[in-house]
Amino acid sequence: MTRSVAPRSALVELTLARFRLFVREPSALFWTFGFPVVLAIALGVAFRNRPPEPMRVAVEPGPYAQRTLSELDSAQVRAHVADAPTARQELRLGKVVLIVTPGPPRTYTLDETRPEGRAARLLVDDRLQRAEGRVDPTPVAEEHVTDVGARYIDFLIPGLIGMTLMSSSMWGIGYAIVELRTKKLVKRMLATPMRRSDFLLSFVIMRAVFVLVEVPVLVGFGCLAFGLRVPESPLTVIAIALVGALAFAGLGLLVASRAQNTQTVGGLMNVVMMPMFIGSGVFFSTANFPDALQPALHALPLTALNDGLRAAINEGAGMRACMPLLISLVLWTVLSFAAALRLFRWR
Amino acid sequence: MSGGACAVRCRGLVKRYPGVLAVDGLDLEVRAGECFGLLGPNGAGKTTTVEILEGLLDPTAGDVEVLGMRWSSDERALRERIGVSLQQTHLPDRLTVEEILVLFRSLFATGRAPEEVMRAVSLEEKRRAHYEKLSGGQKQRLAVACALVGDPELLFLDEPTTGLDPQSRLQLWDVVQEFRRTGRGVLLTTHYMEEAERLCDRVGVVDHGKLIALGTPRELIASLGGEEVIEVALEGVAGPLDESAATALLHLEGVRAVRLTPDGFALAVEPVHVALPALIDHVRVAGMRLGRLMTRHATLEDVFVSLTGRGLRD
Repeated sequence: MTRSVAPRSALVELTLARFRLFVREPSALFWTFGFPVVLAIALGVAFRNRPPEPMRVAVEPGPYAQRTLSELDSAQVRAHVADAPTARQELRLGKVVLIVTPGPPRTYTLDETRPEGRAARLLVDDRLQRAEGRVDPTPVAEEHVTDVGARYIDFLIPGLIGMTLMSSSMWGIGYAIVELRTKKLVKRMLATPMRRSDFLLSFVIMRAVFVLVEVPVLVGFGCLAFGLRVPESPLTVIAIALVGALAFAGLGLLVASRAQNTQTVGGLMNVVMMPMFIGSGVFFSTANFPDALQPALHALPLTALNDGLRAAINEGAGMRACMPLLISLVLWTVLSFAAALRLFRWR
Repeated sequence: MSGGACAVRCRGLVKRYPGVLAVDGLDLEVRAGECFGLLGPNGAGKTTTVEILEGLLDPTAGDVEVLGMRWSSDERALRERIGVSLQQTHLPDRLTVEEILVLFRSLFATGRAPEEVMRAVSLEEKRRAHYEKLSGGQKQRLAVACALVGDPELLFLDEPTTGLDPQSRLQLWDVVQEFRRTGRGVLLTTHYMEEAERLCDRVGVVDHGKLIALGTPRELIASLGGEEVIEVALEGVAGPLDESAATALLHLEGVRAVRLTPDGFALAVEPVHVALPALIDHVRVAGMRLGRLMTRHATLEDVFVSLTGRGLRD
C-alpha cells in the first residue's frame, strides 16, 4: 500500500469544494449576480427620472367651470369636469389629486396626507388667482438641475449591493452549514482528523473571494447602465463590502450554529434579515423612520454597509471618511463570530 | 501493533437519552486484526455503541479505549488512524467521485492515493460522475472509500450494506475482505446474518442495548444444539400448537430445540437423517397433516430468534 503525503492542504481542498458546489448550483449564481441586476433594471425603469407628470384635477360643473378649466389646463395641470360623486370617487382612487368647486367662494377638496394633493392645491390656486388679476410683488425665475449622485437610482444601486452581500453571505454560509449538518456531513467530516477551523474558514474564504468578483461586477453594471459615478476610491468600496460580507458571514454562522434543519435556519435568517431589508435604507432612506428609532437603525450592520457604499460610490469618500462605519462592521464581525463559535453544534 | 493487543475495548458502556436507555452496560473487546460484527435488530443500540467507540458521541458512563488510546486525550492522533463510514452519509451531490476522495485524502496527514482507493472500490470508471448520479451501491462503496483513503489501522462500518441489492452487497463484501488481507481490523454493525457469517471472525449479538451472546458464527450456531433446521407448516390447524405438543417434539430423537411458528414449528436438529424419520412418524401417529417441510442449515438468525424469541426484522 502506498503512503503518500497530502498533495494539497485540507483548507485549500475544502475551499475548492465550496467553490465547485457553488458554481454548480445555477440558482446560487442567479441570486448572487442575476437578481441584483434584474432588480436594479426593474426599479431603475419604474423610478427613472422623467419630466414631471401633470397633476390631475377635477372641476365640478357650474357657471364658472369652463373658464376655470381653460385657465388650468397646461403642461403641469390636466383638468376635466366631473360631477361631485364622480369627482369624489376619482379622488378616492387617486385618479385626481384635487377637486375644484368654482366659487365664489372657491372650494378645494383634497387629502391632506398626500403631498401631491397639497402641491396641486398651491399650484392651482396660484394659477387661478393670477388669472383673476392678482399681481405678485416680486418677479420670480426658476432653474432646474439633476445631479448625478442625487437621483433615486444612485441611492438604489448601493443599497441593492448591500442587500445582496447580506443575503448571499447569510444564505451561503448559514443555509449551507445546516444543510451539511442535516446530511450528516458535518459529523462525517468530524470523524476525520480535519481541523474545525479549516472547515469554517473555507466558507469565509469563499465568501471573501466572491465579494471581490461580485462587487466590481455590480458597481460596473451601475456605472455602465445607469451612469453611476465611478468611485474615486475603489479600494474603499471593496474594503467596506469585504468587511460587510464578513459581518454577515458571522451572523450566518451564528444563525446556523444550533439549527438542526433547513426550515429552522431559513426562518431564523428571515427574522434577522427582514428588519434590515426595511430599516437599513435599501429601497428608501432610513431618515423616513422616527427619530427615536434612528440610533437603533444606524447600529444595524446593513445600515453601516449601505451608508458606507453610498458614501464611497456617490460621494467619492475614502477610507478615512468611512472609518467609523468600517469599525462598526468589524465589531459586528468579531462579536458574531465569537458568539457563533461558542454556540456551534458540531455533533 | 503488538500481537494480541486490543483494537477496541469498552467497559460498562451506558448511553441514556431522555426516556430511552440506548446502551445498557455494554462490555466489548475487539482483537487486533479481527473482523468483529455487532449484530442486532433496528433500535438495539448498535449505532449508538459504534458512534461512542468512534468518538462521535459521549457515553453517559463507561470507559472506551481504541488502539490503546482514549478519545479525551488523543483525539487527533486517533482520527488519523481510524476510518469511519457512518450509517447514512449524504456526500455533496455535485462533487465527483474523484473530487470527494481527494478532499477526504487532504484531511489526513498520511494516507493512500485517491487513485488507488478508487480502484480498490471499482469506481475508476465513475471518477468524473457527480455523487448524485451514482447508484446506491456505488454511493456506499464511495462512502467506504472515504474511510479507506486515510489508510486506517481500524475500520468502522455502520450497516454498510443496508438497502443494497444482492450484487452490490457482494461487491462491498469484496472490498472489506480485500482490506482485511492487510491484517487490519474491522468493526461492523449489521442486521444481516449472512453478512456477519460471511465477513466476521466473531460476532456480538446486541438487543436492548445489551450484549446477549458473543462468539464465532460457528460457536453461536452450535449453541443452538443443532446445525440443521427443519421447518414444518401444518395443514388444518387453527393457530400455534400448545406447550405439550412442543414438549413431545423435543423428545424426538435428534431434536435439540423447538420453536413454535404461527402455522407450525421449527426444530434445531442434529443429525438431520435421524431426526427426520422420527419426525415423520410422530406427525403420522399424532394425526397431523404436513403442509410443507423444509430442511436448511441453521443461521445466526436462528440464534437470534432462540435468544430473544423475536426475528431480527420484527
